[in-house]
Amino acid sequence: MDTLYKIFIDPFMQMGAAPDLLVQTLWEGLVAGVLYALIALGFVLIFKASGIFNFAQGIMVVFAALTLVGLYEHGVPAYVALGLTIAVMFGLAVAVERLMLRPLVNQPDIILFMATFGLTYFLIGFGELVFGGEPKIMIAEQLGLPRGAIDIKMAGGFVALQKIDIAAAIIASIMVTALALFFQKTRIGRALRAVADSHKAALSVGISLEQIWVIVWFAAGLVALTTGIMWGARSQVSFALEIIALKALPVLILGGFTSIPGAIIGGVIIGVGEKLGEFYWGPLLGSGIESWLAYVIALIFLLFRPQGLFGERLIERI
Amino acid sequence: MLYRETGQFKTSYSADMAVMPILQDRVGIAVILFIAAVIIPYFGSGFLIQAVMIPFLIFSLAAIGLNLLTGYTGLLSLGTGAFMGVGAYACYKLTTWFPGVNILIWVIASGFFSAAVGVLFGIPSLRIKGFYLAVATLAAQFFLSWCFIRLPWFYNYNASGAIEVPTRTLAGIPITGATATDTTRYYVVLAIVVAMTWLASNLVHGRIGRMWMAVRDMDLAAELIGIRLLPTKLLAFAVSSFYCGVAGALLVFLWYGGAEPSVFDVNLSFFILFMVIIGGLGSLTGSFFGAALIFILPIVLRYIPPKFGMPIQASMVEHIQFMVIGALIIVFLIVEPNGLARLWQIGKQKLRVWPFPY
Repeated sequence: MDTLYKIFIDPFMQMGAAPDLLVQTLWEGLVAGVLYALIALGFVLIFKASGIFNFAQGIMVVFAALTLVGLYEHGVPAYVALGLTIAVMFGLAVAVERLMLRPLVNQPDIILFMATFGLTYFLIGFGELVFGGEPKIMIAEQLGLPRGAIDIKMAGGFVALQKIDIAAAIIASIMVTALALFFQKTRIGRALRAVADSHKAALSVGISLEQIWVIVWFAAGLVALTTGIMWGARSQVSFALEIIALKALPVLILGGFTSIPGAIIGGVIIGVGEKLGEFYWGPLLGSGIESWLAYVIALIFLLFRPQGLFGERLIERI
Repeated sequence: MLYRETGQFKTSYSADMAVMPILQDRVGIAVILFIAAVIIPYFGSGFLIQAVMIPFLIFSLAAIGLNLLTGYTGLLSLGTGAFMGVGAYACYKLTTWFPGVNILIWVIASGFFSAAVGVLFGIPSLRIKGFYLAVATLAAQFFLSWCFIRLPWFYNYNASGAIEVPTRTLAGIPITGATATDTTRYYVVLAIVVAMTWLASNLVHGRIGRMWMAVRDMDLAAELIGIRLLPTKLLAFAVSSFYCGVAGALLVFLWYGGAEPSVFDVNLSFFILFMVIIGGLGSLTGSFFGAALIFILPIVLRYIPPKFGMPIQASMVEHIQFMVIGALIIVFLIVEPNGLARLWQIGKQKLRVWPFPY
């Protein structure tokens, strides 16, 4: 009885007793969710356009952030460094397409998945070789990102909102809107959607797969750079960030691999669920449940909708 | 020339359907077994046995386990590390509770615990497919890793949080713990790996293996021809986890001699998956090739530069190693996406018609 009380009633009593804490937790969950969603977005972009499950998205985040900070440390002005980093990400997209994807065209999904693993290892080694393994501080201020916190008076206390988090949320929404518009309204966007539907049909009407892949990987690189800046500004830029790629996976399966809104909503559900679980139910189970809670939430959703919340319905034919 | 089967007549159906129908294959296996059982222990150095052969065999076993699931049944799993961990911790708990029982029995028994856990986490596989399933098995990975770290019951409330392998004997000779010699441990590992490979080979060539492959090729069609999906998939999970569990127990008891929970983290799962993919999906021989390449390659990379008198810092070697491994994985996939096993088959065909091109 006591255990049941602790699981089902006590956490809600706590939520009711201290609404400011609840709002704070929700806010932190939301921000974490937005960042997860950004990584998931990178995955979705590539998956939609090429059917590749790009495991290297996590390391691309780290790589982009490290390039930015590394260039700045070598005396390049912040905005120039940003431009150069974008150029590097474009170079990476071209290199990946030329050296990895083109020879592997028409291979089974799992082979391409493994190839992105190889890419991950390569980028880890390369990044550490060039920039060193120690954590770096993100140049958030130099890029004009705000610092400090806003305190909002709430019933029974304060809720502190970090300005950088607000900025992250705004930038993420701008990015998602821009990507959605790009996909829906532009010529290239339409080509991207055509490739996502069927490679063969797209090729036969004269869409260049190579070009599309470069564009998609470049877009994913830009998303990675944004994620890297935001995440780096919250903590530090280090290879530990790579682990957030694994955090984005439950977000992905929750939202569905092919849906941009799914990535956002999935991210928010996972972020909020994780923070609430850790804060209110965590003490019961011992700390650190954050590491698997997201997966369990996603798994529960998955049992009811095997293609994720917004994924395309799987139709199987013999 | 070498592989020509001229004059080898089959007089019965079972002879025709044998796993190794060609005499040269049987001789080859006998030679490999002879080298493994006699030449390596007698002429190999301690380093070769302890740091290369024992882990290579253990990882091969784990790769076979994952191959049964991913390569033969087509269910992608990223929870291998955790299932190996279950085996290791089960073996540890069992041998501390019942120290009198032979350790080999517990090593095998721990496989059954791992199988039970594998079945539990395999249940969603009926509804969830492809990469979605991979992420679902990641749930198993993270949950079990968390258990190994946070629940002190698993490591008998040790202050260090690690498990240590006690000394256990077989017929008076210590086979685990600090006093066991490399050679004894090598023989134990070799015996288990050979026996289980033989078992796996029989499994995949029989009715069960065909059911698995039918499910892999198209589960809907398999269901229509009368294969019950849930039992088949769960059986694949059970057998695969059994192999992984035994491999995990061997890893801790006969190689490391003790383990932190971090040994069984997600990187181990990826490591084994590399072996399976590089070696060849759906090939037992491939599992050995893959384990050899992925495990031995870093060792070689570590020892090559000093040989050429290149003074490179240790950290730099590690970074370059990462780059080389990553690049090699991509290169291998481009050269032969079906893995080393396929290369071996092509090589065999070439040997068969040699010196003619075809």
